[in-house]
Amino acid sequence: MAAPPSAYKDRQFLAVIGDEDSVTGLLLAGVGHVTEPPDSQRNFLVVDQKTENSTIEAAFERFTQERKDIAIVLINQHIADKIRHRVDTYTAAFPALLEIPSKDHPYDPEKDSVLKRVRRLFGE
Amino acid sequence: MSGAGARESVFPTRQVLGQMKSKLKGAQTGHDLLKRKSEALTNAISEITRRIDEAKRKMGRVMQIAAFSLAEVTYAVGGGNILYQIQESAKQARFRVRTKQENVSGVFLPAFESFTTEGNNDFGLTGLGKGGQQVQRCRETYARAVETLVELASLQTAFVILDEVIKVVNRRVNAIEHVIIPKTENTIKYINSELDELDREEFYRLKKVSNKKERDAAAADIEREAQKKKDDSSNEEDVDEEGRMQMKDLLGDQDNEDVIF
Repeated sequence: MAAPPSAYKDRQFLAVIGDEDSVTGLLLAGVGHVTEPPDSQRNFLVVDQKTENSTIEAAFERFTQERKDIAIVLINQHIADKIRHRVDTYTAAFPALLEIPSKDHPYDPEKDSVLKRVRRLFGE
Repeated sequence: MSGAGARESVFPTRQVLGQMKSKLKGAQTGHDLLKRKSEALTNAISEITRRIDEAKRKMGRVMQIAAFSLAEVTYAVGGGNILYQIQESAKQARFRVRTKQENVSGVFLPAFESFTTEGNNDFGLTGLGKGGQQVQRCRETYARAVETLVELASLQTAFVILDEVIKVVNRRVNAIEHVIIPKTENTIKYINSELDELDREEFYRLKKVSNKKERDAAAADIEREAQKKKDDSSNEEDVDEEGRMQMKDLLGDQDNEDVIF
């Protein structure tokens, strides 16, 4: 039941939802991409204290559902916590969803949606 | 009759019995193969989970180092202005991924592979005034970090897909083991019993027929006997006369004496 090649052939970008530091760092590595002017879309979202959860959800939706050129979505774990129900119910293989630690929030493997599935699989 | 379990609705004939037997054989072979596949995939997935675990730990370390080097940049440049500048100057992705396929026991797992496009550098002028060296180092650190992330993402994708495939395979194994095989076995039993029933009926019928024939033959014999007796009594004298004549004239040499040596 492997996914057909069309599901991931054109996916070549990474998307980032994170706090300022994480996003900046990843942009420095060169993952940032802005699409052509008519509907310029960034593939990253900077989340700070004032960002609404709905904005985060909308960006998450856009990166995972609408855009077909994104292969990996990186999201800070403390931000994933804000939309935890969305992250936990996301089970598609493409784009891959990856929770990453941020500077202020150390990584907690207990919360990771994939590691949760791993633990469930091995019945722990 | 084996009305116990579910069976397929077939007409009980020898031909269908043959078909069912080959179907059962096929189901058993398929069950064995799928079981082996499921085992192989389970091995693969446990290997992948082990690697995911490792990679997640590594990611924690790498991201920490990267965050630290970014802090160095902000310190060297002075102020958070640089962060905004970097966000605004991102235009074209330099760091991209492509997917290639790996074959794990018949399942195609996509694996991400990172590559950098040459030529466009959005951050050529970043940190030109101050802290250029730090920016450079930070970029390298983060590039390495992202590579780790990409590796982790491909492991994770492989895990998600394998998980799905294993579920499907196990469902099939169970369906064959608990539904198809018993059903086919029941059908075979049913056909066998029906055929036996037919055989018994046929045997009984033949017995009846032969009984009837015997009876008829006996009756005919008796009748013939009676007829014969009647004929015999009427023709007795003629037969006797003729019989004696024949015996006498068998060689026609009553005059010759037997020669005894």
